[in-house]
Amino acid sequence: MNMPFYVAPEQVMKDRADYARKGIARGRSLIAFRFVDGIAICAENTSSTLRKVSEIYDRIAFAGVGKYNEFDQLRIAGVRHADLKGYSFSREDVDARSLANQYAQSLGQVFTHEMKPMEVEILVAEIGEEADGAGDQLFHILYDGTVMDEDMSVVLGGETDTISGRFGTLETPPTLSSGLQQAVGALNGPDRELTPAGLEVAVIERGIGRRAFRRLDDAEVASLLDE
Amino acid sequence: MNLPLFRPHDDPGPSFAELLRRSGFDDLVAVDHGNTDAPIPVSDYRHGTTCVAVRYADGVLLAGDRRATSGNLISHRTLEKVYPADRHSGVAIAGAAGPSIEMVRLFQLQLEHYEKVEGNSLSLEGKANQLSQMIRNNLPAAMQGLAVVPIFAGFDLGRDEGRLFEFDITGGRYEESQHATTGSGSLHAGTVLKLGFREGLDAGTVADLALESLFEAADEDSATGGPDPIRGIYPVVALITADGYTRIDDAELADRTQALLERRRSNV
Repeated sequence: MNMPFYVAPEQVMKDRADYARKGIARGRSLIAFRFVDGIAICAENTSSTLRKVSEIYDRIAFAGVGKYNEFDQLRIAGVRHADLKGYSFSREDVDARSLANQYAQSLGQVFTHEMKPMEVEILVAEIGEEADGAGDQLFHILYDGTVMDEDMSVVLGGETDTISGRFGTLETPPTLSSGLQQAVGALNGPDRELTPAGLEVAVIERGIGRRAFRRLDDAEVASLLDE
Repeated sequence: MNLPLFRPHDDPGPSFAELLRRSGFDDLVAVDHGNTDAPIPVSDYRHGTTCVAVRYADGVLLAGDRRATSGNLISHRTLEKVYPADRHSGVAIAGAAGPSIEMVRLFQLQLEHYEKVEGNSLSLEGKANQLSQMIRNNLPAAMQGLAVVPIFAGFDLGRDEGRLFEFDITGGRYEESQHATTGSGSLHAGTVLKLGFREGLDAGTVADLALESLFEAADEDSATGGPDPIRGIYPVVALITADGYTRIDDAELADRTQALLERRRSNV
């Protein structure tokens, strides 16, 4: 019997991480940030049908970058998890933290046990009931199951350091239009300009009813960028 | 609760009922009726009755009284039988209250689940068919007396008009062009609607017509509750238009009911 070559576990993990990072870096980035009435997610996406940002539950949104079929599978699993939980208990028992942990478990499991890690980075965002946004949460989950709880804003995808450097930090939640201008400026960089058609923008917003998720169409994005 | 991930060949797709089955939640949905077919005595469960639906100029109206009965007793005075199904449709229920309310909850969830998974909502006809399947699945329970007979109404954004559907306990789905009724007072309510219906009624007139039909049904049928100004209980009346589902508030219903009572008083 042939003995398989020995490969150090460190090397296996490093190879997988490099593979996943390379896949994620190929896609385009997105920025999520808190604004006065909730959380906005702004993604660079030329397709108007294949979405990166979507609704999970009443106050919870999902965003993914990387390989579309993989994060879309995770998105649907999230919708199913939330709807099953809300049905068997109650709508208010569905929360982003537990969903983020489920995603982390699942991604971690795939990363260590499967041939190929998932080439995705995802975001689970939830708005709280409080008018000052004290309950707003942003969970950033990596391909290996690492979960990070972000405070005001987060960048997902390739070139995150450059883009978050350009975006800067937010001291207090801005208005939607100024936050969006800052986000688009950061995605643009010095030598190009994204148009509303090349952007996908959605918000989870307080005060618009039970289902707080709302997509912004090109006209609305254009007018917010002009303000 | 684990993240529900499925292999492509056993993926439940956008169906929430299928998802429940494949996730081992069947016991939450299907009631085990044992091996008895004996009807359950009507005094052992709550029963909700009369609901009406009428098409009008801007869309469609849904209304229902508030009474629940257990046999000859009134068991609830403020039961709601008219619910939004999603942004552009609503459902009104008559029958055994428990299974009816559960069916509405599952139906609402099914429409929302489909919309989120697929990224766009079902057509109005697709929604009516979904409800039809749920009623058909309830047939064994209906044979024991736990029937659920809803009305489904909505604004069809594709055709730009309000549409309404009646059902029977077998899940049969029948589209009506003018008005529909369900529940024990439906005979009397239906007659009032039939006499008062005109094409292109405005929102105020159609609300008055619906209130009058429920008033007449309550006058003749003991299981239908009339307006109760002393406790401030009025029927639930909802309008579904291109702008969505809106429920008429109780203050307006109180005024309209008052006017209806004045009209009736002068007729006696």
